[in-house]
Amino acid sequence: MTEGSDARTRKLAERIAEIKPNPAVALGRSAWPFLAAIVIAFLLQVVIAPMLGGFYAKTLLDIGIAIVLASSLNIVNGFAGQFSIGHAGFMMVGGYAAACVTYYGSIKLLMPQGELTEAIGVSVLGGFLGSGDLLFLASCIVGGVFAAAAGIVVGLPSLRLRGDYLAIVTLGFGEIVRVLVQQTSDVIEPVKAVDAGVGEMVTHLGGPLGFTGTPTYVSPTPWATNASGDQTGHAGIFFAYSIVGILLVLVYRLKMSSQGRALLAVRENEVAAEAMGVDTASSKVSAFVLAAFFAGVGGALFAHSLGVTLNPNELGFQKSIDLVIMVVLGGMGSITGVVFAAAFLTVLPELFREAAQFITHLVGYHGQVNTDAYRMPVYALLLILVMILRPQGLFGIKELWDLGFWRRYVIPVWRKAAGGWLIPKHEARLPAAIARELSTERTGGEPAKSDDSPKPGASGDQP
Amino acid sequence: MNAAEVAWAGKPVLEAKQLAIAFGGLKAVSDFSLVLPERGLCGLIGPNGAGKTTVFNLLTGVYQADSGEIELYKRRLNGMKPSAIARAGLARTFQNIRLFGELSVLDNIRTAAGVRARSGLVRSFLQTPLYLAEQQAIVERSLDLLDVLGIAHRAGEQAKSLPYGDQRRLEIARALATEPTVLLLDEPVAGMNTIEKRDMAKLIESLRERFEVSILLIEHDMGLVMDICEHITVLDHGVTIAAGTPAMVQKDPSVIEAYLGVPDDDPELPADHQVVD
Repeated sequence: MTEGSDARTRKLAERIAEIKPNPAVALGRSAWPFLAAIVIAFLLQVVIAPMLGGFYAKTLLDIGIAIVLASSLNIVNGFAGQFSIGHAGFMMVGGYAAACVTYYGSIKLLMPQGELTEAIGVSVLGGFLGSGDLLFLASCIVGGVFAAAAGIVVGLPSLRLRGDYLAIVTLGFGEIVRVLVQQTSDVIEPVKAVDAGVGEMVTHLGGPLGFTGTPTYVSPTPWATNASGDQTGHAGIFFAYSIVGILLVLVYRLKMSSQGRALLAVRENEVAAEAMGVDTASSKVSAFVLAAFFAGVGGALFAHSLGVTLNPNELGFQKSIDLVIMVVLGGMGSITGVVFAAAFLTVLPELFREAAQFITHLVGYHGQVNTDAYRMPVYALLLILVMILRPQGLFGIKELWDLGFWRRYVIPVWRKAAGGWLIPKHEARLPAAIARELSTERTGGEPAKSDDSPKPGASGDQP
Repeated sequence: MNAAEVAWAGKPVLEAKQLAIAFGGLKAVSDFSLVLPERGLCGLIGPNGAGKTTVFNLLTGVYQADSGEIELYKRRLNGMKPSAIARAGLARTFQNIRLFGELSVLDNIRTAAGVRARSGLVRSFLQTPLYLAEQQAIVERSLDLLDVLGIAHRAGEQAKSLPYGDQRRLEIARALATEPTVLLLDEPVAGMNTIEKRDMAKLIESLRERFEVSILLIEHDMGLVMDICEHITVLDHGVTIAAGTPAMVQKDPSVIEAYLGVPDDDPELPADHQVVD
């Protein structure tokens, strides 16, 4: 080790200048996770979904949408530690904006005028990645942008409020959006909508009845047609899981980046974060904006999914709480934990249904059982149990690969096989062993040992 | 009395001129002036509740001074946010340790080093070559800093699980990671035993040359302050009662009075105004 040499104390800028990553490798590393996500989504759609069959394929789709919503909430609740319980509000803003784009957009841009007289809604248009699909994907982005704008509005109060008070503001936001949507009039019929202006459209969102007639672009069955040859299903699982994949890659990269660590620092200790040069105000607002954007995209997916009529009552406080439970259960700040929790809590009601049927058959009762009514008590019980047994959530702030088994057996193999090429070395979560290995590599000697601290840990352990 | 009166080598880096702040009717600090020269090591001492931490909070922008000027290399810092002041080159540690407890030791440092990175959110999402170079440099520099402070072997541990002495070291390492020109240390050896104090004193002295920083130190341990500081400012009830070299300050009757008291003068200490928030 080079005792006291300048090499260890040089400034960051000098070091950055020395490191010249290979641009081709960097491009590959940058792009492959996105491509992999899209390939996996495609395989889920064409291989897994048919194997699962209609009902379970729909559940798979619901899981995907839940992951988008819960992971986006994780940015603000988990990473930045700003407790938001109005996430369904962002979802609603995005969902309605997207529904407007596909419904009124289809009528104005895509549908042949002759068909409009008998249409009660807007049907799915075009084939896979045809005009209708492109309009739908555009609507996802529009939904995200509108929700992000709402995110700024909610993010700004977060600069002055914290804890319970901020939660109340976000709750208020969700309720305001819900009530505003409820005041709107019925959706304009396609034949009349041709001549409707923008002002007329945004005041006709369906009110308390919901936005009826949105085309179902997000359905689990791909490329299905009905008897008359109209397309009824689109590759919804492909779209949903492409977005899930892209979102997860982005969220992971956020967590690994300086901005992500700044968010975590804000959550851990705001005063210290500010003193270390982290602009806590802009960090918090950008967390809200990012989370809102992806919630808006999730809302757009939800608005176009099979069997859903976008409805203000369904996206109220209850929905926000569902999402909060997913984040808390999975672990605030854990990407993989939240994915697991979102999947688990989406499947749970289906499990109830099966269990209830089984039990009622055993006791010889053949009537209907409303299993949905049991969902909330069980959620509550689950949450209480988690708070008692594992207050930090399933994974805490950690990821799946930080846990013992994975870290010991899976990650070393992955690092050896792919680490050099697929992921930058600094991004492996750097447990102690890796840190030591890194510092050994640089100093070219034995593992780093403390030189000027004779016995760390011998100090008095004041709290 | 006045810091400017003392013959003082080196170019001034940090200058505070007649700083004052009152909380309600309580004048926590009044007429505080200080000149910190390049590579200087100055001490700020005084009895409990004298306003030392308040001075730090004024300098770092946590509190806004009612009157007076703060200048870093002639650049006025008044009115700037704490984060902007930190990026301007003024880093601090906290008396009551404020680490990012859930994060690893390495991530604590990386967070601070990250504020010197230029990549924005889009570069982070796309992982451009610049971003990769920055992140690699941040890891290397962070590990080096941990190495210098002697806690590199704990890089992967959670910050809150470190023993007390190492938490103090981590605070210093984290402050250094922001690449400061001035380092403000708030009681860096509080709660340490004699050997640890001696090591820490040696370390603090060495930081000046290694990292080219000027250091302002709050400390209760008189021996340590007298040993390593070149210049000492003594506060009592928010008022500067003495300033000068350790030898001068030690003999100053008002300092002796402030520390030992005089028989018929036993004022109540002012209400706690050391806490940051």
